[in-house]
Amino acid sequence: MLGFVARRLFHLVPVLIAVSLLTFLIASLLPGDLAYVILGDQATPEKVEALRHDMGLDQPIWWRYISWLGHVLEGDFGRSFRTGQTVLQAVVERLPVSFELMLLAEIVGLAIGVPVAIACAVRSGSAFDRLMTGSAFGMLSMPAFLSAILLIYLFAVELRWLPATGYVPFAEDPVANLRFFVLPALTLALTEWPGIMRVLRSDMIATLQEDYIALAKAKGLKPSRILFVHALKPSSLTLITITGINIGRLIGGALIVETIFALPGIGRLLLSAIYTRDLIILQGVVLFVAGGFVLMNFVVDLLYAVLDPRIRHGHA
Amino acid sequence: MATLELSIDEQVALSPVKRSRPLGPLFWAAAAWTIFIVAAAALAGFLPLPSPSEMDMLERRSSFSTLHWLGTDGLGRDELARLIYGAQVSLTVGLCAPVIGISIGGALGMLAGYFRGRFETVVVGSMDVLLAFPPLVLALAVTAYLGQSLLNLTCILGVLGIPAFMRVARAATLTLARREFVIAAQALGATHARILLRELLPNVFLPLLAFFLLGVAVTIVAEGALSFLGLGVPPPISSWGSMIGEGRESLEVAPRLAFIPAIAMFLTVLSFNLIGDTLRAITDPRQGAL
Repeated sequence: MLGFVARRLFHLVPVLIAVSLLTFLIASLLPGDLAYVILGDQATPEKVEALRHDMGLDQPIWWRYISWLGHVLEGDFGRSFRTGQTVLQAVVERLPVSFELMLLAEIVGLAIGVPVAIACAVRSGSAFDRLMTGSAFGMLSMPAFLSAILLIYLFAVELRWLPATGYVPFAEDPVANLRFFVLPALTLALTEWPGIMRVLRSDMIATLQEDYIALAKAKGLKPSRILFVHALKPSSLTLITITGINIGRLIGGALIVETIFALPGIGRLLLSAIYTRDLIILQGVVLFVAGGFVLMNFVVDLLYAVLDPRIRHGHA
Repeated sequence: MATLELSIDEQVALSPVKRSRPLGPLFWAAAAWTIFIVAAAALAGFLPLPSPSEMDMLERRSSFSTLHWLGTDGLGRDELARLIYGAQVSLTVGLCAPVIGISIGGALGMLAGYFRGRFETVVVGSMDVLLAFPPLVLALAVTAYLGQSLLNLTCILGVLGIPAFMRVARAATLTLARREFVIAAQALGATHARILLRELLPNVFLPLLAFFLLGVAVTIVAEGALSFLGLGVPPPISSWGSMIGEGRESLEVAPRLAFIPAIAMFLTVLSFNLIGDTLRAITDPRQGAL
């Protein structure tokens, strides 16, 4: 196991370096000098030159990358020239919101996807199975912003059951907090469950034909126990894989959903940085999100190896 | 031995006939919708439509009428004209970006799968870096720096598609390169270029094409998301995503302004997914006679 972790870590470092380099290059090579952006249209050439010198923009690019990376490794991602807040402060402040959103979405997605998949697998080929497989396929073509509009229209505009936008910290008022999260989490879950359901269903159909399921039936175990415990266990790997594959889409979806429902998460931070051309925040957030994404995939890989010894030893 | 081989051959010859079950009404409905929407977008200039950018402040958010078939939007612009000209943008990006992906990604994947070795390591490694970014985040960041235009949008979404096409092409090439007909061609002294173009490409092309159609669906969604956030093509050009985004503002007064483009986008994405999925099922090597 330690050997496996070491090998994966060894693979992780070059990817992280490449990610930081790409993030830096996108921000540095493309048109639009940061000094002009900060000073605005009124800038005199002398002022721009002075600011460029202060910020180190007149240094060669490789040197700027090294010094930037050095600061990043010390935890200094830079500071917004608009609000004065450091990138790290801004990210840490907003991380819980995005995290809560993605966690709730994943839980709701699993809560819909897993029972539907099991019900379909038990009666595969039935009318219910065909209906749910069909709707799952249809939902795959429904991007988050379409479901969001539909849900807002139904539950906030027509029925007026839930708020369309807003946010209260969980520590302040847990109930209000969850009320604000119902629609955003449901929106994301609606894009998550079809993938979970489709993969788990085909997995489960194969599992239900195994001998040990027949044995469990012969022993007279309760059908619910057979389905949810015996048959679901070997599919835990599949569930982790599908969750891992979907993390990237989940982050992208969270970004849109946060914007639509006005949740102050990382996605809103990124978008407002784009709208206000706050390039330092933008660069920092992109690096942070991409780094976090790489690390999450790393954790998924490790979980996978913990559950399946064949992967640890390189047989699969 | 000889009889055994003969019987396998017969099965191989028979199996495609068995699999050619009717494609079903859904497939044909999807194909019809796709042709309809592509034709409408391509012929937009020739159709007797009002201008999509002409505002009529007296006719704001008016309902369906003979003058404005689908009503008008919040600035009094004709909804049908905006929908069809919006289809132009969504489909241009949706069809052109995967072309970038399929040509660059397909070529890299085939070369990596055929030559293996250090080249493959470099290609797979660099794709890993591209995959290390959540796609929408990278698209947003690059658009923010490059500026919003149809060309930039197409290029960014195209580049983001390269890793997926590379993987499909490489996986297909890896299995095919070990097959008898490739070994036979090598034994006959065929050049690498000839093997890649004449032997492998025709076989890799079909799975890539099926994936291309799924790529179109994904790209239309991605373009829609960017436009929805106001980071797609600059106004006043309409795109389905930006129309949905504008319609969101008036969800209480005129929900159809968001729902009409939303339905158009959903049906189009669903159609491409259906056609792509059908093609994929037909060309899937796991179900084929290998």
